[in-house]
Amino acid sequence: MLAEKCSSEIKSILAKYPADRKRSAVLPLMYLAQREYGTVTTGSMVEIANLLDIDVTQVASLIGFYTLLHDKPGGKYRIQICTDLPCALRGAEEFAHELCDRLGIRLGETTPDGMISVEEVMCLAACNGAPMFQVQAPDGVHYHELQTVDSALAVIDELRKRDDDG
Amino acid sequence: MADHILLRHRDVPDIDELDVYLEHGGFEAFKQVVTSKTPQEVIDVVRASGLRGRGGAGFPAGVKWGFLTPDVFPRYVVANADESEPGTFKDREILERNPYQFLEGVAICAFAAQANTAYVYCRGEFWDLAHELENKIDALHKSKLLGKGLFGTDYALEIHVYLGAGAYICGEETALLESIEGSLGQPRLRPPFPAAEGLYAKPTVVNNVETLTNLPPIITRGADWYRSIGTERSPGPKVFCLSGHVERPGNYELPLGTPFRDLIFKHGGGIPGGRSIKAILPAGASAPLLPATDEVLDTAMDYESVPQVGSQLGSASIIVIDETVNIAWLVHKTTRFFEHESCGKCTPCREGTYWMHHLLMRIERGEADLKDIDLLDAVARGIQGKCLCALGEFAIMPVISGIQHFRADFEARIRNGR
Repeated sequence: MLAEKCSSEIKSILAKYPADRKRSAVLPLMYLAQREYGTVTTGSMVEIANLLDIDVTQVASLIGFYTLLHDKPGGKYRIQICTDLPCALRGAEEFAHELCDRLGIRLGETTPDGMISVEEVMCLAACNGAPMFQVQAPDGVHYHELQTVDSALAVIDELRKRDDDG
Repeated sequence: MADHILLRHRDVPDIDELDVYLEHGGFEAFKQVVTSKTPQEVIDVVRASGLRGRGGAGFPAGVKWGFLTPDVFPRYVVANADESEPGTFKDREILERNPYQFLEGVAICAFAAQANTAYVYCRGEFWDLAHELENKIDALHKSKLLGKGLFGTDYALEIHVYLGAGAYICGEETALLESIEGSLGQPRLRPPFPAAEGLYAKPTVVNNVETLTNLPPIITRGADWYRSIGTERSPGPKVFCLSGHVERPGNYELPLGTPFRDLIFKHGGGIPGGRSIKAILPAGASAPLLPATDEVLDTAMDYESVPQVGSQLGSASIIVIDETVNIAWLVHKTTRFFEHESCGKCTPCREGTYWMHHLLMRIERGEADLKDIDLLDAVARGIQGKCLCALGEFAIMPVISGIQHFRADFEARIRNGR
């Protein structure tokens, strides 16, 4: 249960909003669930709804609306490459396809070990750093700018290694 | 500009550390307003400075603050750090490298609005910088620059960071407020505007990161100084985001009114590989495409001049397109973006962006007919003026202007595909 696992974090999240407006805490709590369980599980959605006195559909509807919240499992690390216009003008599409080729998967797929997914995403406000991607890990999102396929593969090796060590 | 006003970290190393920021005059403006000015006096200075909102709309900040419903409390200030417009990356640099000037701007705005709580809404992808911003806010508390009884007065201020979760529409101010309230981030019908009923239905000021970052120097150096930069109707410095086919993409802080040509060729180093420039998107994906004629290149980048050549300055995200680009491909890219980001609330936008995207995929795959160009134009015009917020309106601008100026590109795509 989230409430037991992260009681002090939940308390400090709720403290940021007026007492009668605790629904504001829904996104922070969903992030917490995702960190703990890898995805926002059905059980955690029910729990969050109960904590905030809202309906579970009000929690669930946010999953499809926001791209950083997931209810379906993907790779533990999601490589999210911006292929929007400014990045595409600087080679992001070729970068994305070549990276996928080297990993032996297609865009949107996950490596067989379940560690790495590669996804195309919309503008990440790093157009001067193209080609670039972010890594969405269970504990956050980190940017990697001015990448080559080799440097991206090195980042991926690092992630796999970190996981072996951890 | 030798001395940066907004990108001050480029002149002052480590200004993202509080002691360095304080050594360089940090929080003197905030102290000055709290200890020696009334909220109305602050609003008057900002109004006199002519500062216009840097998020895209260019609405005068001081005027916006003046709309707050009198005598209704609590009030809120919300900083819009949901920077998501394709080609825009200025707020991220300010937040990462010059965060205290931004936070001081939030504090000044909150004092002027008589708000005791401010939220900074960061897009979810700004995870790292949002957490760093929370550390900076903690440091301000420790130095008694936030919290209760500021500078020996009874003014109190708390700033909280709210992390979004990946939705372009949350940069629209009423969708942003919905998102903080924990609902789907979809725009509200206006009026009421946020100044009357904003966050939690209370009077609220929503301003962009760059707008707020202008406030400390306006307070310490005055409205006349500020007006000495830029043009008469578009005063002040602006961070121009230069991307696409240029030698040196990046942020450039220049006075409003600087011509496109200076930004692209003098500062940005021109087009790589000796190729020629074909077109400019002056406001990310959200404004009409301009053919790069001499007239356009010599146009001043300010809120009045860009509309005179048929586009908008918006958030000043200049995407440079060289001669190798087929405009049908470009329009497919921008339309894909808006289809993905349409929040689904208004039918013309939800369905229209879907159909525009599908028509453009058909054109891209070489499966289209020449008649599809007019059909695409008709679908775009069917969206015009029929949505609650500007997203649908933005989505059609590259489409309509692309067909208007570069119809031959669409025809070539269709003919070559067969």
